[in-house]
Amino acid sequence: MKITLKVWRQKDTNSKGAFKTYQHDHVSPDMSFLEMIDVLNEELTHKGEEPIAFDHDCREGICGMCSLYINGRPHGPLQTTTCQLHMRSFTDGQTITVEPWRASAFPVVKDLVVDRTAFDRIQQAGGYINVNTGGVPDANVIPIAKKIADEAFDAATCIGCGACVAACKNASAMLFVSAKVSQFALLPQGQVERKERAEKMVAQMDAEGFGSCTNTYACEAECPKGIKVTNIARMNREYFTAMLSSYQIETKGGGD
Amino acid sequence: MKLESKIPEGPLAEKWTKHKFNLKLVNPANKRKYDVIVVGTGLAGASAAASLGELGYNVKAFCFQDSPRRAHSIAAQGGINAAKNYQNDGDSVYRLFYDTIKGGDYRAREANVYRLAEVSVDIIDQCVAQGVPFAREYGGLLANRSFGGAQVSRTFYARGQTGQQLLLGAYSALNRQIANGKVKMYNRTEMLDVVVVDGKARGIITRDLITGKIEAHSAHAVLLCTGGYGNVFYLSTNAKGSNVTAAWRAHKKGAFFGNPCFTQIHPTCIPVSGTHQSKLTLMSESLRNDGRVWVPKKAMPGLKSQEAMKLPESERDYFLERKYPSFGNLVPRDVASRNAKQVCDEGRGVGSGLAVFLDFTDAIKRDGEDTIRAKYGNLFDMYAQITGENPYKGPMMIYPAVHYTMGGLWVDYNLMTTVPGLYALGEANFSDHGANRLGASALMQGLADGYFVIPYTIGDYLATIGWNDKVGTDHPAFKEAMDGVNERVTKLLNIKGKKTVDEFHRELGHAMWEYCGMARNEEGLKKAKKIIQDLKAEFWTNVNVLGGASELNQELEKAGRVADFIELGELMVDDALNRSESCGGHFREESQTPEGEAMRKDDEFTYAAAWEYKGDNQQEALHKEELKFENVKLTQRSYK
Repeated sequence: MKITLKVWRQKDTNSKGAFKTYQHDHVSPDMSFLEMIDVLNEELTHKGEEPIAFDHDCREGICGMCSLYINGRPHGPLQTTTCQLHMRSFTDGQTITVEPWRASAFPVVKDLVVDRTAFDRIQQAGGYINVNTGGVPDANVIPIAKKIADEAFDAATCIGCGACVAACKNASAMLFVSAKVSQFALLPQGQVERKERAEKMVAQMDAEGFGSCTNTYACEAECPKGIKVTNIARMNREYFTAMLSSYQIETKGGGD
Repeated sequence: MKLESKIPEGPLAEKWTKHKFNLKLVNPANKRKYDVIVVGTGLAGASAAASLGELGYNVKAFCFQDSPRRAHSIAAQGGINAAKNYQNDGDSVYRLFYDTIKGGDYRAREANVYRLAEVSVDIIDQCVAQGVPFAREYGGLLANRSFGGAQVSRTFYARGQTGQQLLLGAYSALNRQIANGKVKMYNRTEMLDVVVVDGKARGIITRDLITGKIEAHSAHAVLLCTGGYGNVFYLSTNAKGSNVTAAWRAHKKGAFFGNPCFTQIHPTCIPVSGTHQSKLTLMSESLRNDGRVWVPKKAMPGLKSQEAMKLPESERDYFLERKYPSFGNLVPRDVASRNAKQVCDEGRGVGSGLAVFLDFTDAIKRDGEDTIRAKYGNLFDMYAQITGENPYKGPMMIYPAVHYTMGGLWVDYNLMTTVPGLYALGEANFSDHGANRLGASALMQGLADGYFVIPYTIGDYLATIGWNDKVGTDHPAFKEAMDGVNERVTKLLNIKGKKTVDEFHRELGHAMWEYCGMARNEEGLKKAKKIIQDLKAEFWTNVNVLGGASELNQELEKAGRVADFIELGELMVDDALNRSESCGGHFREESQTPEGEAMRKDDEFTYAAAWEYKGDNQQEALHKEELKFENVKLTQRSYK
């Protein structure tokens, strides 16, 4: 296969970027999209041109590190991660445009690499259950209905890649945040801190500069792990319930 | 220097309990006076950093990825073993211990393995408390499956993505400590050296991968939780970034390297599709619970899945079921891999010739497609995605690939390397799997080390040295180490040769796979040693690394890692040459039974090899830690 690539090149966060066009004549349909860039990068190196920087690691669709906005869609034409996208999904002679995730909360670091640490900070705000190592009950003391466990699992499969944000016209992170809020709202282990968690994670999400949700469902359509927008509905319920009966009032209760 | 394993005295089942009591404690009010560095945030690193933060130590954690959640533990599929005996099928701590020792072909320490089995039950409790959504039965209790050669169902799992769920659990515990201010997290930061002063590890030198800034960090102790070195083979199931650099730098600063030649070649991976191949993808071993492995009885070059469906039973050779009737398709990984290689060497491979079938036709007939989809859906999807073929309609094709490294930094019972204050946890150490790791044991070991071993053992060291015994980054040793790292970076950028980093890496990988892979012999290993030495010389005169030092430079990152892989490769070959027996994943063609199974030489090789670095281009020195078996009798492994 032969393809034409239009790739976003940007030296660093503060520099201005621009598209650069590359003719790529050595593409096999069995290559993954990232392998296609690997081959191009080796060619560029031989020509003395700096290779294209892009994020990737596991290359089996689970670490969430690869990104790329391909022909106007996060992770390209299939609902998968870019590392699991193969060149057989494109046609010979096609022009492919490759951009980094576009969201002000994900600043570009270099070329196609963006900074997604905002996601970490949202998790740090409350994406956990407050238990220390040791001193916990036997695992089978807490029976969980299979249906509930499965639903929590579905939410927990989020890989934190940021495709939901990249897909959204508002650059909203609601799908990402709601996946974690849902996992713990469903499970018995998460009940104690349920309200506090929703409030804190939403507050951090807002502080990071992500946009609002206007229910276009673009996030669900592009999520490589098929996280459902029903999680967003659940998070909204969690959040409003929490706001109406704020944990701060509850913790003051009793005594006087 | 004498190797001291520090295995506690007393009966096997009491060693760890007694040892915990004998270890010194750090007063709760004094814990905040100690700084601990954790490098790597996979299962071992994240669990260690979180647990130490909870105890009150000041922790600095480092990962080269953009987030600690990306560490390659995330990709583990199958499950995690624990001796819970929830299934009432005869499991026990002793049985898990016994299976692991035997599975490792009697090249691991009894005491370590017993402790691992002992704490395995606590891991499951911990993960469930964190909200890890393990698979459950309809009654709401946890589900188990049998996995990778075990005759009991002791494996806990979360569909085909157990590693992801366990890592996200550990990541959540880590996040909690980051929020509490007890752990300071450094993303996109790579460790490039260890600083040793007065014989103790005092800190590390790092490179900020975005700005290129070289920095010094000091601490009372340093924990390397940096994973394995499978990428020395270039093609492996490891993540592209997985590397040996942290461990190798530590090795050059005095940490002995244990059993480097013990690598695991996993039987169920998707075969190579072309020269562009950048990594290999594992299909969980759990597939062998329902899939049957076969090749045609007579060579049928190029046989495809669709045609294979029409081949009558009488013309198929289910070679694992035939040779190992009691374990069948569930024989340990080393045995399954070697047999796949053997039938392909006989010319009976399918597809490209380097593949065998993994067939679910019978399972789908027996249980229905929906049941199979519920069990393995994501794996089948992954297979379809990568190969473009539908595994529900015809058998999968699989071939072995490098997956895990049992070798690693030599550590004592406390997980301390030969450098005081420097620890190695998880896959980065050599300790618990001997010459072959059983399925679902890697997750167990990573979390055991991080949650339940290091929090105890590190206290003993810290209490012994005292909080005053710390060296600041203003010490000349830090400056010297920083200068060394800077020089190396400058050197790599100034070679401006003709070959890319990947070209060197592929050549190294080819030599390693060819001569130090599934089967090894003296002649091949000697050849490999020469190839690697030449490659090293060429690398430092002909590699081409573009870009600068003070920016995100992924080629520079790779170049540093490949340079270290080349040196490690030579040590692996030395170790494989020295160990002229076959054991576990290390198969020396000169040492096999009449039936072609691995034959150990217990009289000569019942030891762990620990290699000492002696300087650039010098032959490393071998130290031997004799392995004493007081509880299990060494037998030739048989899975027939």
